[in-house]
Amino acid sequence: MENQVLIDKFSAEFAAIQQSLNGKSESPFNNVRKAAMAQFERLGFPTPRHEEWKYSNLKKSLASDYNYHVESKLNENDVKSVPLPNLHGNVLYFVNGIYKAEYSEIVTPTDKLKIMTFKEAQAEIPEILEAHFSKHVDSENEAFSALNTALANDGVVVYIADNQTLEEPIIMRMLGDVTTENVGAIVRNLIIVGQNAEVKVAEAYRTMGEKASFTNAVTEIHVGKDARVDYYKVQNENDFSTHVGTTQVYQEDRSYFYAATFTINGGFVRNNLNIILDGEHIETFMYGLYIPNENQHVDNHSVVDHRKPNSVSNELYKGILMDKSTGVFNGKIFVREDAQKTNAYQNCRNVIVSKDATMNTKPQLEIWADDVKCSHGTTTGQLNDEAIFYMQSRGIPKDEAIRLQLLAFAEDVVSKIKIDTIHEYLEGLIIEKLGE
Amino acid sequence: MLKISDLKASVDGKQILNGINLEVKPGEVHAIMGPNGSGKSTLASVLAGREEYEIEGGSVVYQNQDLLELSPEDRAAAGIFLAFQYPVEIPGVTTINFLKTAVNQIRKKNGQEPMDAASFLRMMREKSKLVKIDPELLKRSLNEGFSGGEKKRNEIFQMAMLEPTLGILDETDSGLDIDALRIVSDGVNELRKDKTRSFIVVTHYQRLLDYIVPDFVHVLYKGRIVKSGTKELAKELEEKGYDWIKEEVDGQVPA
Repeated sequence: MENQVLIDKFSAEFAAIQQSLNGKSESPFNNVRKAAMAQFERLGFPTPRHEEWKYSNLKKSLASDYNYHVESKLNENDVKSVPLPNLHGNVLYFVNGIYKAEYSEIVTPTDKLKIMTFKEAQAEIPEILEAHFSKHVDSENEAFSALNTALANDGVVVYIADNQTLEEPIIMRMLGDVTTENVGAIVRNLIIVGQNAEVKVAEAYRTMGEKASFTNAVTEIHVGKDARVDYYKVQNENDFSTHVGTTQVYQEDRSYFYAATFTINGGFVRNNLNIILDGEHIETFMYGLYIPNENQHVDNHSVVDHRKPNSVSNELYKGILMDKSTGVFNGKIFVREDAQKTNAYQNCRNVIVSKDATMNTKPQLEIWADDVKCSHGTTTGQLNDEAIFYMQSRGIPKDEAIRLQLLAFAEDVVSKIKIDTIHEYLEGLIIEKLGE
Repeated sequence: MLKISDLKASVDGKQILNGINLEVKPGEVHAIMGPNGSGKSTLASVLAGREEYEIEGGSVVYQNQDLLELSPEDRAAAGIFLAFQYPVEIPGVTTINFLKTAVNQIRKKNGQEPMDAASFLRMMREKSKLVKIDPELLKRSLNEGFSGGEKKRNEIFQMAMLEPTLGILDETDSGLDIDALRIVSDGVNELRKDKTRSFIVVTHYQRLLDYIVPDFVHVLYKGRIVKSGTKELAKELEEKGYDWIKEEVDGQVPA
């Protein structure tokens, strides 16, 4: 019943938004939202009885009260208080899910890159918005995606025109201001990468303050024919944060998509990375690293859907679990009947540093085509004591030996980061956390 | 500089060392021989501080310090080096970075400034020649995918870099062909030129001792040193095997 109270709360909020639309309620954009709200009301919040939420219990996170649409009192200096050194790029700031155009720094000319609010996009590129908004997000089965779609309002549409190569990355810095109260945030962004265009995008989440937060984030990425996209998601939020995020990717012929998800810190984290390979000769790479400690929980779900022949996907996730932390990896690979000559690989490797930590892994391959190469593997082990002694016998103190080994374990994921400033920044965060 | 007195040690409740007495003076090379399971490698491991061994009694004094009180890393800083019988592969850590960390940790413990990058590289170049190790190999993950010979050469190379006062070679000859054995031995003999440096050479076979000529040879059996002598003793063991020693100790002919 608790669940129902929450659902009613969101229904009321949705109704209030609809009232304020003044006759624009029949726009295609709004019709999608209305349909999504109905889905959400039908679904409710998932419990561990739900197969996809078996090892991730949201009960505690949902029990707290969160205030949505909190107008942050942080000023520009606060928002920019953790700069990335030597970063030359387009930096977009969001506070509690709300885009802050006034703080953002866009260096790429507008003929190459357009950043619009959803309202602006409805006015400027209505057909394109309609073609891509919520096209592949699974509102039928995923309550959080349905709710996110229904309440989508404050994020941005990033549009990269055909044949444009962006030299400067797009860094979306998501700040949760939890200095004074518990905050709920709906983060919704849509990234449309035109044919033969090329871009690097990063989403970086952090919190300021010690109150709790509940972030429901959905990023949709459309990767047009021959386009190349590198996508980073970096999570470094406080121990009282809950993050349920979906990255929904749609790839066309000969496109390249690379995702790297780094969960440095967070109380309860659920990441869904869903990629549809709806074309031939597509390349898809997915990397992940999570390093929970204390009572933190990190759940990575991924779905790779090979729909057409001759494409390649490769996934490598690595976890270091400390203290009483828990982790989940669930990787699904679908190879449809038409998707002959598919190569799909998946690997999840974990190191459990403490005897109280737990990791649940579940690879799921569903293959309907007969001429494919698929493999998957998961390992969960402990640190190699012999290697630690070996290092000690060379004069390296035990804690340093452990740290070196953990860093080495993380390295083949960290080394995949192609934006130098993010590489350095992340390496610093990882060293700091493993050094605790 | 090293005095082992009545050292007893066990692993998993099973006593392996039953009262070892051994004194090593600066510049001396002591060979420890013995049949399989006699406790040779255990002695090497206990001296280096391997955790799974329980000390049941006795003492080890090294340069006026109670060695058994020190952590493995502190023993390394005090100048003890163990060349492993089975060097460990450590993916993701290059030999160069590993050694840089090791050298500087030891220097730090001994109150010295860290070595600057240029001096370190110069030292690497110099010492790598000693065991003819390909400098390209050192840029790779430590021991990962190295051949048996390369691993053992890397051990001696690391020893050269860390400049210990006591080098312990645990069956360094195992798995080496004759060329690799010669290269490894040449490296060790080069390090012997420092007359304050001592070695304990643990080996099953006499072959290694043709190249690294010991001052003393001890035979370990059932966790005790049952016979000591000079390099002639090693030759005798090569000819006659270990059975006659077992007979002497056990006082009976094995069935």
